Amino acid sequence: MIVSKLIRVTLFASLCIVFLTPSASVKAAGGVAVPAQEWSFNGVFGTFDRGELQRGFHVYKEVCAGCHSLNYIAFRNLVDLGFNEEEIKVIAKEYEVEDGPNNDGEMFARTAMPSDVWPAPFPNDNAARAGNNGALPPDLSLMVDARVGGADYLYALLSGYHDAPEGQKVGDGMYYNAYYPGNQIAMPSPLSEDGVEYGDGTKATINQQARDVSAFLAWATEPNMEERKRMGVKVLIFLLVMTGLFYVSKRRIWADVH
Amino acid sequence: MSEPKFNNALVRWIDHRLPVFTFMHHEMHEYPTPKNLNYWWNFGSLAGIVLVIMIMSGIVLAMHYTAHVDHAFQSVERIMRDVNYGWLVRYIHANGASFFFIVVYIHIFRGLYYGSYKAPRELLWMLGVVILVLMMATAFMGYVLPWGQMSFWGATVITNLFSAIPLVGESIVTLLWGGFSVDNPTLNRFYALHYLLPFVIVGVVVLHIVALHRFGSNNPLGIDVRGNQDTISFHPYYTVKDAFGLGVFLVLLSAVVFFLPNSMGHPDNYIPANPMVTPAHIVPEWYFLPFYAILRAIPDKLFGVLAMFAAIGVLFILPWLDRSPVRSATFRPIYKVMFWVFLFDCVVLTWLGAKPAEGIYVLLSRLFTAYYFFHFLILLPVLSIFETPRALPRSIGKPILEGGGGAMAAAPAAPREKL
Repeated sequence: MIVSKLIRVTLFASLCIVFLTPSASVKAAGGVAVPAQEWSFNGVFGTFDRGELQRGFHVYKEVCAGCHSLNYIAFRNLVDLGFNEEEIKVIAKEYEVEDGPNNDGEMFARTAMPSDVWPAPFPNDNAARAGNNGALPPDLSLMVDARVGGADYLYALLSGYHDAPEGQKVGDGMYYNAYYPGNQIAMPSPLSEDGVEYGDGTKATINQQARDVSAFLAWATEPNMEERKRMGVKVLIFLLVMTGLFYVSKRRIWADVH
Repeated sequence: MSEPKFNNALVRWIDHRLPVFTFMHHEMHEYPTPKNLNYWWNFGSLAGIVLVIMIMSGIVLAMHYTAHVDHAFQSVERIMRDVNYGWLVRYIHANGASFFFIVVYIHIFRGLYYGSYKAPRELLWMLGVVILVLMMATAFMGYVLPWGQMSFWGATVITNLFSAIPLVGESIVTLLWGGFSVDNPTLNRFYALHYLLPFVIVGVVVLHIVALHRFGSNNPLGIDVRGNQDTISFHPYYTVKDAFGLGVFLVLLSAVVFFLPNSMGHPDNYIPANPMVTPAHIVPEWYFLPFYAILRAIPDKLFGVLAMFAAIGVLFILPWLDRSPVRSATFRPIYKVMFWVFLFDCVVLTWLGAKPAEGIYVLLSRLFTAYYFFHFLILLPVLSIFETPRALPRSIGKPILEGGGGAMAAAPAAPREKL
């Protein structure tokens, strides 16, 4: 019947619209489309670029860590970035963490160990607000999954500070950013040209730093991503073969029916 | 009744005293099934398998999860990062919930198309609706457990719906919360119920299968089985067909679990719950969206809530709304079109549920909500009077059309005889 065919086509088209549009144009809550970036970790076979992660870690350590915690990353996790155990111990030694209570009931400070999580810059949220003009710098461990647009959005945000357009009122202690919801963000542009010095000689432009730290946060959000994708490829190959065998068996067994 | 012959002496010994093997042989092996079932009939057994996957992955997650407002979010992240293959189990469980609803919705629409709810399968259908309601409650409470922003605010919005009930509404909400706001007691009771309800579902599924095996499956022609020539044994024909369907399903599930694991979730749920900050848009999981659209379409809170529940409730009385004696839409030219229109209506409601309740979306929500109820309450009863069905085939085995083409009622099916 033509009518029901027509309805079926409409239905299929509407299904496509419903389920494909959100991914087709990722818009930040600010209303500006976030440009998609090429990431090494995109796609089925995507992996992290170790150099990029180490540079991003450098940016986090030198710039972001002043205000933002990274509660779900421990020093030991840095092994994923290509650091060996000795290097991780050296990095951990630069930090002090609070431990205790000891046998006298006192809390004490000691140098960090690989098993410690990254020390937070503020002891609690209120202290963080007090140190940041009333704004709370969010924990960065899950940033890429916790924001629409993921790493693309972080890159756009960090590299996208510009002067506010004419007529746009920006509040006291706020900064204009086209990608941020409401376009006013309490964080001043954190990156500056050559704000950090990369060990591998890469020129530290704002875009380069934004890119590296976004990739680092993608790793921090999901340190198991590479393992997940590697396993996924194997699982899918296995399942496709299994399903093919089931299909052949089904054809054989059903051959005598009808 | 043909007694199955078991070769193993131990099996024979047990079966003589406890006839579980005979039972399984009758219900899963020789169980006579119409031979013309198409692939839409795969989704029933598939739903059962997904239920098992959900329970198994859920029990593993429960071993590592901490139901406390101060630790829930962190414990989920521990599962994702530090528990061996915890990320895999959690992604299977989270995406499995979405796939469970996909499978069950297809299963329901298959029933709608082929009239599987009609006599003598009304109770079978109603038990299915009970399962759907239990699934929704379970999924909703499960979504609260990670204690992210959407968990918290979704729980706040949905539990607040009950306050619309006159007189006792506020008390019911307090009871659901275990206090005066969504807080630790809410999380604890939701966790307890989220662990309990799947096993209640298993119980209702057993009843669903008992009711199914009374008359056997409906089939694409919607006519009754006339004898042995119309049926084949469940095993190996449908076991292998279901296995193939399961393979396809697992490929799709794995593709999402391994390569798009967060595509069906909301980013805000990776932000820890914060009662002081409301997300810009509180959106339920996609499988609730059509009902959410219906809720918001009605300007009055109480009637909105009633409409939302009525949208599921109307399914309970569906066997008595659609009085047409012909089951399959294949032989109902008008109903067939109306089925696709109704499916379109549901898809649009899903889309509207994700849109903000403003501007044109409000008007569209009202129109499509009105059509939802119009379909069930007006169209189906009227259609069963005025529609002239096409001629039904004489039997499944010999699909030869009857002459004349008049409305031929499917004779009430006899209970499945034990052969």
